[in-house]
Amino acid sequence: MENLGRNWYKFSRNPMSIVGLCTVSLVVFLAVFAPLVAPYPQHASAFVDFANASLAPGWRYPFGTDVMGRDILSRVFFGFRFSLTMGVVVLTLVVPPGVTLGLIAGYNQGTWLDTVIMRITDIFLAVPPLILALAICSVLTPNLFNAMLAVSLMWWPWYTRLVYGLASTLRNEFFVNSAEALGASKFHIIFREILPNCISPIFTKMSLDMGWVILIGSSLSFVGLGVQPPKPGLGTMVSDGARYLPDQWWISVFPALAIVVVVLGFNLLGDGLRDMFAAEEV
Amino acid sequence: MSFFAFLVRRAIHSIFVLLGLSVVIFVISRIMPGDPARMAVGARAPQWVVDNLREQMHLDEPLYAQYYYWLRDALHGDFGISLVTRRPVADDIKEFFPATFELALLAGFINGAGGIFLGTVSARHKDKWIDNIVRVISYLGVVTPSFVFAILFLLLFGMALKWMPTMGRLSPVVSRPPTITGLITIDSLLTGNLTAFLDALWHLILPALALAMGGLAQEARITRSTMSDNLTKDYIASERALGIPEKAIMRKFLLKPSLIPTVSILGLDFAATLSSAFLVELIFNWPGISRYGINAMLRKDLNAIAAVILILGVVFIVVNILVDIVVTQLDPRIRLAPGRGE
Repeated sequence: MENLGRNWYKFSRNPMSIVGLCTVSLVVFLAVFAPLVAPYPQHASAFVDFANASLAPGWRYPFGTDVMGRDILSRVFFGFRFSLTMGVVVLTLVVPPGVTLGLIAGYNQGTWLDTVIMRITDIFLAVPPLILALAICSVLTPNLFNAMLAVSLMWWPWYTRLVYGLASTLRNEFFVNSAEALGASKFHIIFREILPNCISPIFTKMSLDMGWVILIGSSLSFVGLGVQPPKPGLGTMVSDGARYLPDQWWISVFPALAIVVVVLGFNLLGDGLRDMFAAEEV
Repeated sequence: MSFFAFLVRRAIHSIFVLLGLSVVIFVISRIMPGDPARMAVGARAPQWVVDNLREQMHLDEPLYAQYYYWLRDALHGDFGISLVTRRPVADDIKEFFPATFELALLAGFINGAGGIFLGTVSARHKDKWIDNIVRVISYLGVVTPSFVFAILFLLLFGMALKWMPTMGRLSPVVSRPPTITGLITIDSLLTGNLTAFLDALWHLILPALALAMGGLAQEARITRSTMSDNLTKDYIASERALGIPEKAIMRKFLLKPSLIPTVSILGLDFAATLSSAFLVELIFNWPGISRYGINAMLRKDLNAIAAVILILGVVFIVVNILVDIVVTQLDPRIRLAPGRGE
């Protein structure tokens, strides 16, 4: 625990890491407490108030209202919920199998197991992830759940690739050799000896990936294959509003900026973590 | 390993990957609940039509046989009939692919040239204000989705300032040059039609810029970091000691070794360009293969979806082989190194 202070020092040396941490914390707070902090929580789903439709940003509606008269700010807060859910669920589904496969392939480097796993990984890495995710979403019913499923199917190879590289160097280290000499089981070596040494790069990648998964998720929603209206997905809101450009620019511009803020936050946080772990190894 | 052996290895690997990809695509196109034949002809078609089509599509045979027929036809350039356009998918692809290719080509150029330029400037003036500006821009570029760029550009340059056209490949008043390559800029140059060339280029710029921004930012960051790493190396110090002007050092000794990671990333970034095209084409109403693909996806047009993904997969793989060749030309060490070539 005495490392905590030192790690915090390394993390906070770069003020941008702090900005990232604050942004992410704020977004998580707004998402979790959206029903309490949103000025008009009832505007999050189907709601019509034509008297206040298409209002420009002002005191009552800081981000303006859409053509149904719904408060964009409230909808953005609820939109964070979908984005964060997407990120958390996808990473939860993707990291364990991706990491395990990478560990197995890396530890058994040069064997048929390595070849099979890494060749399959290559196939999935051969197509841009968004394109295959779009295709999978489209043949299933477009909704948030299937979008998460599709992105997960595309995302695990990145972890396999990352961990494979780490594991295939770590397996020649002395501590692995000595564990082998002591007769430790493969399971023990892979998960107790090698895995703990891969944690910091995995952790860093997860933080960066939160941003990327959210970005891909909002892209899916944007083309109509993710969160479905009237639910306030950030990408969904941008594409709804795009029809009313340029006169009612606020309908799509504010949700678009919200996406940028979330992705930026996770990226800055991820970079901060990387700095922290990198300094640790020196 | 000789260069030739390297190429052969790379080609074999690519063929393997493409075969795997075709299996994945085939599986995707068959996991959809429901009868593909019924979907193709619609709910009101009589049963005998469905039965005929089932036989035609080999749907009564086992999956591996279906895959065999599908792959055989695909290799012959036959992707079946599109449900949306009611034409052979191959014809649709021929019509829409050049538009995307033209766009991606310009985007790739902006991406590489702009990224290397910004990265070089940034590395040269490290920690000065210009470096900081470039760094902030490239950070924002990386985290901003392409469709957000597209909407902001459209709004700002297309609608508010009215500098740029916002839709399609040509103005309605300009007649399209005869199709030779399908790339309007090239075709108009070949036929000596300067008006069409300028108009087509003018239409290309905003969508290409929106497509390129993410990659450009990435390239700038990578170029900056490799360059500033290389700047601290001994050979640069000794050249400085010899009194070679800074500009000449930059151009002659620093640029080439520093470009290797940038060029490698350029190939991977092409993935981002191809995926972003799906969103950007939608916004700029660009009649390309990605917009066609999205429409196919929204209407569950399986033949078209499978063809679009397969074609884009092939393009991506070919581009990455080209990139590998360029990288080996830049850095002979990679050719000699054993292993996977990663």
